[in-house]
Amino acid sequence: MSKPITELTSNRPVFEEHDPEEVLTTLNLGPTHPATHGVFQNVLQIDGERIVSGVSTIGYIHRAFEKIAEHRPFYQITPLTDRLNYCSAPINNMGWHMTVEKLLEIEIPKRVQYMRVIVMELARIADHIICNGILGVDTGAFSGFLYLMQEREFIYEIFEEVCGARLTTNIGRIGGFERDFNAVAFTKIEEFVKRFPAVLAEFQELFTRNRIFIERTSNVAAVTPEQALDYSWSGPILRATGVDYDVRVLSPYCSYEEFEFDVPVGTNGDVYDRFMVRNEEMTQSIRIIEQALEKIKGEPKGVFHADVPEFYLPPKEQVYTNMEALIYHFKIVMGEWETPKSEVYHAVEGANGELGFYLIHDGGRTPYRLHFRRPSFINYQMFAPMSSGMLLSDAIINMSSLNVIAGELDA
Amino acid sequence: METAFLLEKLILVVVIFTITLVIAMYSTLAERKIAGFMQDRHGPDRAGAFGILQPLCDGGKFFFKEEIIPAGAHKGLFIMGPVIAIITACISSAVIPWGQTLTFGDTTITLQVAEVNIGVLYIFGVIALGVYGIMLGGWASNNKFSLMGAIRAASQSISYEIGLGLSLIALLMVTGTLSIGEIVAQQSGFVNWNIWSQPLGFIIFVTCAFAECNRVPFDLPECETELVGGYHTEYSSMKLGLYMFSEYINMFVSSALMAALYFGGYNFPFMHDLGLSANWITIIGVLVFFSKIFAFIFFFMWIRWTLPRFRYDQLMRLGWKKLIPLAIANIVLTGVIILIKDTFF
Repeated sequence: MSKPITELTSNRPVFEEHDPEEVLTTLNLGPTHPATHGVFQNVLQIDGERIVSGVSTIGYIHRAFEKIAEHRPFYQITPLTDRLNYCSAPINNMGWHMTVEKLLEIEIPKRVQYMRVIVMELARIADHIICNGILGVDTGAFSGFLYLMQEREFIYEIFEEVCGARLTTNIGRIGGFERDFNAVAFTKIEEFVKRFPAVLAEFQELFTRNRIFIERTSNVAAVTPEQALDYSWSGPILRATGVDYDVRVLSPYCSYEEFEFDVPVGTNGDVYDRFMVRNEEMTQSIRIIEQALEKIKGEPKGVFHADVPEFYLPPKEQVYTNMEALIYHFKIVMGEWETPKSEVYHAVEGANGELGFYLIHDGGRTPYRLHFRRPSFINYQMFAPMSSGMLLSDAIINMSSLNVIAGELDA
Repeated sequence: METAFLLEKLILVVVIFTITLVIAMYSTLAERKIAGFMQDRHGPDRAGAFGILQPLCDGGKFFFKEEIIPAGAHKGLFIMGPVIAIITACISSAVIPWGQTLTFGDTTITLQVAEVNIGVLYIFGVIALGVYGIMLGGWASNNKFSLMGAIRAASQSISYEIGLGLSLIALLMVTGTLSIGEIVAQQSGFVNWNIWSQPLGFIIFVTCAFAECNRVPFDLPECETELVGGYHTEYSSMKLGLYMFSEYINMFVSSALMAALYFGGYNFPFMHDLGLSANWITIIGVLVFFSKIFAFIFFFMWIRWTLPRFRYDQLMRLGWKKLIPLAIANIVLTGVIILIKDTFF
């Protein structure tokens, strides 16, 4: 039914021109439509069930994070990054920490890097669970979503064990973690690695060979690699078109080069391919976590941060008893640290694509300018142009397979 | 005699009406419980033991909710919508034979409200009316999502009624009667069930029944992720409740029809070999009939929590290009088999 998108129209309605027969209807998809999974609006012009044109309106939950960040010391920006893609907050946290560490040229111990890899891959799984589960819900099959949600709950329990929070985690500090993973956390991670593949297999059985699901998703919103690259797509949806771009491989950070994993790619960039790529990525994430757990065993125990007293807060007992610790504590909290005048760009492979932090620093307490490269924002730009010609139902599952997270879209 | 007859039928009507409503009520609980069972969770369990009072609470809540009639809605039709839906849902059970006869001394009670000789046609007429409730409600809401739901419902109902009718024609060729009472009576025992002679017809019938009830995978008129609430987006309070209720009653009646037309209704294996009295056979028959109905209701719910839904054009393609030709082929096949049987045996 759906044809590949041959010509992408711009984000402009056709009713600006002329609709002499008055056959078209305007339909507001959002800002509170259940399929938008967040607050953003699409004004669609439809002919029956077929979408003729669409205009995306964003900014409903814009919170000016980039501006707020200009008034905050580095460590206070971490909670802002939580609220970008709140489905995988730890990746944002880690990305931000690594950006600052790149600026300050802090060397991170291997063990901490592996711990970060574990946390980031768990977050990636949690995010893909949401996306693929919701894709199931949007096509009408609810049960698979809940099977996976139970596992996401378990991931959140691990986060709770690691940092005390679940959704907006604020995991880690600049220079490492605020505390070591405790024994319970390690046990839970090991348990998760053991039990998740079976649940994922069950979930996949419900969908991957389901005739109705395949008919609903395959060849829907198929995007060519050229179009995807023109729109600067990244992440699973770009890989679904067949481009093997993965930041973890092409510019490794956090010792990803030491890990062995496959980068799944699709063939024709439709919703089904995106679904399959995300499923496979979850499996690969499990592989990475297994390797990281193994590698951690070979590292010295108890190391959970770099030895950089001028940037990493000293333990509270020392602050109360030791003068140097008190001074460092004061300086760090007040942002009175020696920082280079510099510009850095650091990108991590977020759950939705390349999550970049562009930091311009003039040596003051706060960033001079900070820009988040938010994959949802960039990926979403193709939504309205690619919707024209689609059926309403297709546009909706296309939206859920793009995994647009309103927090990341608007920042 | 006349008064006694009226009284008997009146009691039967009230009893069946009550049973229908109670089953529809508890279908909502069953749906949530089964969903819970399939999704590794509990389902409602706070109101009474095992949530047994949940439907009552839901019903009570519906009555106390604020009633909103949107600005620009056609008030009369907006109210008529759910009324038509619930009335057509309720009256369709009139021709279903719930059991054989009960004999008390001289009086004989037939467990069927109306033994009409065109029962199948009656059911069709009522089902065809059922779509008016959804269509009028959706149109009168003055909401684009409702309107789209209503359009989907109308075209879906009309398309799948054809398949439903054609699948039944083959059944009528086998049974030779339009009376549902007689169709059930013919299927005594186990080997005479129509499912054995009409397997393809049954599959078509079930598929079309799912579509007529707007159940997954054919729940396009109300698919919440696309059309918010579909035709009942603007409905609130008990008017919404009536729509929900009519959906569950429809499901109950469809299950009853499937059980009666294809699975022998109140007939059960070895019913005449056990040496029971006629009254006992009737009572057991009624229980058997209801357990068949419940099995089908469970089937409806099982499908709902397993399958994704079709897209609009796929639904139409399935209806017109697959089910209708299949149903016609089934009619031809049935005719050929009957001809061969009559000529050679």
